Amino acid sequence: MSQSFDQNLRRTPLHDLHVALGARLVPFAGYAMPVQYPTGILAEHRHARARAGLFDVSHMGQVTLRGATAASALERLVPADIAGLARQAIRYTMLTDQQGGILDDLMVGNGDDHLALVVNAGNKEADVAHLRAHLGAGVTVETHFERALLALQGPAAATVMGRLGPEATPLGFMTFARCAVAGFDCVVARSGYTGEDGFEIAVDPAHAADLARRLLADPDVAPVGLGARDSLRLEAGLCLHGHDIDTTTTPIEAGLAWTIGKRRREQGGFPGADRILREIASGPARRRVGLRPDGGAPAREGTEILDAEGRVIGRVTSGGFGATVNAPIAMGYVATRAATPGTAVQLVVRGAARPSRIVPLPFVPHRYARS
Amino acid sequence: MAVRKFTRDHEWINLDGDVGTVGITDHAQEQLGDVVFVELPAVGKVVTKGGEAAVVESVKAASEVYAPLDGTVVAVNEALAAEPATVNADPFGAGWFMKIRVADRAAFDALMDEPAYRKFVAEGA
Repeated sequence: MSQSFDQNLRRTPLHDLHVALGARLVPFAGYAMPVQYPTGILAEHRHARARAGLFDVSHMGQVTLRGATAASALERLVPADIAGLARQAIRYTMLTDQQGGILDDLMVGNGDDHLALVVNAGNKEADVAHLRAHLGAGVTVETHFERALLALQGPAAATVMGRLGPEATPLGFMTFARCAVAGFDCVVARSGYTGEDGFEIAVDPAHAADLARRLLADPDVAPVGLGARDSLRLEAGLCLHGHDIDTTTTPIEAGLAWTIGKRRREQGGFPGADRILREIASGPARRRVGLRPDGGAPAREGTEILDAEGRVIGRVTSGGFGATVNAPIAMGYVATRAATPGTAVQLVVRGAARPSRIVPLPFVPHRYARS
Repeated sequence: MAVRKFTRDHEWINLDGDVGTVGITDHAQEQLGDVVFVELPAVGKVVTKGGEAAVVESVKAASEVYAPLDGTVVAVNEALAAEPATVNADPFGAGWFMKIRVADRAAFDALMDEPAYRKFVAEGA
């Protein structure tokens, strides 16, 4: 990569470490990010499923909301139950618009005297503007975009954390706490984006590289880039905003009704509630589904999905190769009548309609820590 | 040992009589990353220099493989269907894509030789 290419991109606190590890850096959401290390995407993917992978996700936006009314104010922007979130618990939700579309998806943690948010890198500036415009005068929005965020993911993650940050190992799935890891002051969440057990670790940028080196020194841990992060989350059936979910999809079409609690369903009061509650009651016109091509050709984002008679019924929103299932996999939206697992469909790749099947999500079972 | 020639699109070809074996270079496989699927032409297909002859898919993306010369496909590497990663492991050997019958020997001679291709890659192509 040329120097001139690099200069327009922001760097995470781990940039020099990525270079030292031999990463291939690519532009992503305005940052120079490692797409892979010399081992390659398949090996990195399989390492995260077999042992533990370390991901730099410092490009994501860390935001703090403060104010006595923060929870009720945020409920005006998201369909999740935030007021009922237990202390130290985390909930996955989305910022919806008036049409029921998804502006972004995010994590919200209850830090007792604040709410801790993590939003997508590509949307963080817009999200903060949206929050500031709509939360009201009683809530302050603090950004911590300089802060580092590392993800340690895989079946060995808890063992590794036991060696370096034992304070964090009692954390249940989707909870977080301030903990020391390798002697550094961190905020650790039991969460991730791979379908595996794991931790997401927020740390001061001055300590990020040292912490990452300590984690990488563990024999179970290898660095994993954005390429495998994408294939891991696809196998886990997790949505990527801007691809599987956006302002043209609703949470119900996307199969995310589980994120909307009973009280919010009864009371509404979030953007797009009319449409979202109607779709909960009577079903959406289309649904996000898993797709397994019969042959070996991956079906990429944008691929047309046809029914058995050749009629267009939808489009692929994420597609590639699942290193754990060792076959091409995809997600997309299809008309509800064709969304039942087992339905035969066709995917148009390079002009040829190729046989494929609708399959349940996820492609690989989740192995989260039991709380 | 047959002379190996190279294209600006990072294919290689060597000739045995009038049949050329075609693959992608080590530089190309390294740039692509892990190869997970290869789509090969039908035997008998007529290919033209610079025209699409095959497709190689890495985890991230699909890329075309172009015919280095005009010719007719006489064989394809069926083993790549089961083991596409051979393209990464042995790009100049077992990872070959196809064999084409080449009509014009002079066109082969005009392709880059190995030192010229190395220089081409070093210059950032």
